[in-house]
Amino acid sequence: MSILIDKDTKVVTQGITGKTGQFHTKMGLEYANGKNCYVAGVNPKKPGEKFEGIPIFATVKEAKAETGANVSVIYVPPPFAAAAIDEAVDADLDLVICITEGIPVRDMIRTKAKMKGRRTLLLGPNCPGTITPGELKIGIMPGHIHRPGRIGIVSRSGTLTYEAVGQVTALGLGQSSAVGIGGDPVNGLKHIDVLKMFNDDPATEAVIMIGEIGGSDEETAAEWVKKNMKKPVVGFIAGLTAPPGKRMGHAGAIISGGKGTAQEKLSVMEACGIKVTRNPAEMGKLLKSVL
Amino acid sequence: MNIHEYQGKQVFRKFGVVTPRGEPAMSVDEAVAAARKLGGNVWVVKAQIHAGGRGKGGGVKVAKSIDEVRDLAKKILGMTLVTHQTGPQGRVVKRLLIEEGASIAKEYYLAVVVDRVLQRAVMMASSEGGVNIEEVAEKTPQLIHKVAIDPFKGLQDADADELARKIGIPANLIAQARELFKGIYRVFDEMDCSLCEVNPLITTNDGRVVALDAKLNFDSNALFRHPDVVELRDLEEEDPAEVEASKYDLNYIQLDGDIGCLVNGAGLAMATMDTIKLFGGNPANFLDVGGGATTEKVTEAFKIMLRNPKLKAILVNIFGGIMKCDVIASGVVAAAKQVGLKVPLVVRLEGTNVDLGKKILAESGLPIISGNDMGDAAQKVVAAAKGKQ
Repeated sequence: MSILIDKDTKVVTQGITGKTGQFHTKMGLEYANGKNCYVAGVNPKKPGEKFEGIPIFATVKEAKAETGANVSVIYVPPPFAAAAIDEAVDADLDLVICITEGIPVRDMIRTKAKMKGRRTLLLGPNCPGTITPGELKIGIMPGHIHRPGRIGIVSRSGTLTYEAVGQVTALGLGQSSAVGIGGDPVNGLKHIDVLKMFNDDPATEAVIMIGEIGGSDEETAAEWVKKNMKKPVVGFIAGLTAPPGKRMGHAGAIISGGKGTAQEKLSVMEACGIKVTRNPAEMGKLLKSVL
Repeated sequence: MNIHEYQGKQVFRKFGVVTPRGEPAMSVDEAVAAARKLGGNVWVVKAQIHAGGRGKGGGVKVAKSIDEVRDLAKKILGMTLVTHQTGPQGRVVKRLLIEEGASIAKEYYLAVVVDRVLQRAVMMASSEGGVNIEEVAEKTPQLIHKVAIDPFKGLQDADADELARKIGIPANLIAQARELFKGIYRVFDEMDCSLCEVNPLITTNDGRVVALDAKLNFDSNALFRHPDVVELRDLEEEDPAEVEASKYDLNYIQLDGDIGCLVNGAGLAMATMDTIKLFGGNPANFLDVGGGATTEKVTEAFKIMLRNPKLKAILVNIFGGIMKCDVIASGVVAAAKQVGLKVPLVVRLEGTNVDLGKKILAESGLPIISGNDMGDAAQKVVAAAKGKQ
C-alpha cells in the first residue's frame, strides 16, 4: 500500500519531447515497475511518434482513451504549464503532478479556480513529484536513495525531502511514499491533504512533515493532526534564520507582515503534539524515537 | 521585482487610476524645472527609494515656493535615508518625485495581494491610511476589510462599493472610489503584480479620490510577458551581489554573517543556514545553485561569496539527486583553484555518485574539510570560521 501512486498507476508525460521530460521519463521507466506504468506521452505536434517505446499523442484525452492513463506528470515550460494542468483536469485524470518551476501566480490562480468542483487532484507545481519506493517513481527525485518501508514523508522542498529520505533509509527504515508538494504560494495538495492520506494508508506507520517559511499551511495541518491523526508525526521547518521580506528561492518562501515565520510554525506544531527538531540532520533520529 | 513610486504612478495612470500630477527628477535643476512645469504654489518633494516609511525618515517634504523646492531637492538628493524597511545602513537617494500638493480630507489604505488560503487575489482596505498597516492588522484587525476576487469576473461593482462604504468613503465619492478600486485590481491582475498597494489613498477637500502613493511588486516568474516592466528595473536599488548572482541564474541573498553557504535546493539552503546558526555560527548568505549547476555556475558562486569582506569560511552542502556529486566536486575543485581560495572550505556531499565526488575532493590537493552529514559539516565550518579548525 501507499498513497497517490503505486505499481498499477498508468502515467502520461506532458512535455515528453523536451530535454527535461525525456531525461526524467527515462529515469522513471528504469525505476521498479516503471516500464509497465509509463504508458503515454503528449505533444500536439508529434502524435504518432514514440519515445523509448512510449507512444505520443496529440492530447491528454486521446492518451487516456488509448492507454488508460490516470496520472499525468508535467515538464512543460512555465509559460505553457498552467494550460497543461488545465488540459489534464479537463481529461478527468485522477492526479496531475506538475514539476515545472516558475509558473506565474496569475496563471495558477485561474487554473485553481477552474479546478473547483473537478475530481482531479494536483500535486505541485514547482515540486519534485512523488515516489512509492519499489513500485513507481514520478518526478525528479533520485530513485536509489529510497527503500520500501512504512514512513510517509511530505515536504515543500525537494532536496530537503531527499535529506529526510536518505536519513530514514540509513536508519534501516524505508518509505511508504514520499511526496513533494512544492514551494509555490498557489498550488495543489497541501500538507494537510497528504497527512490525511497517510493517516488512512495502512502501510504508513509514522510521518515526517517538512515545511518552510511563508503562508500558514503547516499551522493548519498541525491543528488537523492534533484532532485527527492516529499516527506519530515529526517535523522540521526550514528558514529560522531567513530575514523577513526576502524571498528565499521558492516563490512561496517569504515572511511578510511578520507572518509565516519558522518559529511561529514550530510553536504551533509543538503545541499540536508534533515533535520537532531544529537540526535537519536529525529528522530521521527523531522519527525513530517516536516509533 | 520592485519599481519606484513615480514609475508605479505612471502605470496607475495608464489604467485610469487618479494620481496627483508629478514629474521625476534626477538632479536639483530637474526638480526645479519639474515644479515650474507643474505650476501651482504647493509642491511635494519625495525621495524615490525602494522602501517604505520615507516620510518618517525625512524623505518627503512640502515646498511652498520654487526656492524651497530647490533647497529641499538639494537636501534630499544624496541623503542616506533610514527607514524601518531599509535596515540601519539606509539607502542613498538618487531620484526624486516632484508632485503637485494635495489638500487631504482623509487618508485610507488600499492594497491587492494574493491570499494563500483562498488561492485568489484579495483586495484589502482600511479607514486607517498613511500609517504602518502591519500595526493596524496587529492592533485593530477589525478595521481591515477584505474582498476575494473571482479571476474570471474581476472586481465587481457591488463588492467595490461595499468595500468603499465599509472604510467610510463618503457617499458622494463612492462612484469615484469604485472606479479607482477596479483600476487598481486591473493593474494587479493585468500587470502580474504580487503586491499593489496605495498607502495612503486619499479623499481631497475638493471632492476627489486620489492614489497618493503607489507601491508595486511584480511576480518575477511573469516578467517574460512584461518587457516594459523589466525596463523599469533600477539596479542601483538592489544588492550588487544579488544582481551579479542573478546574471548566472543563481539564487543569492546577502546576509550579515561570516560563513558562506553554497547549497542545491532552496529548502536545503535555508536548512543549512539554520544548522550553522544552531551550532553558533552566522550565515553570510543564502545561495541555491539549483539542480543544474555547472562548473561555471559554481565558480561564479564562489567569486560572489568571496567578494564579501566579512567571509571567514565556506560550507558547500550538496544532496545530489539528478545533480551528480562528482560534477559538483569537479566544479568546487576548479572554482577553488581559479579563485585562489583563502578561507577554510567544508564540503558535505551526499547522494548520486558520492564516492566518486569524495575521491575527486581528496585527490585535489586542496585543504578541504570533509563533513559527514549536515550537522557535522555545520559544526566543522563554525569551528573553522572561529579559527579553531
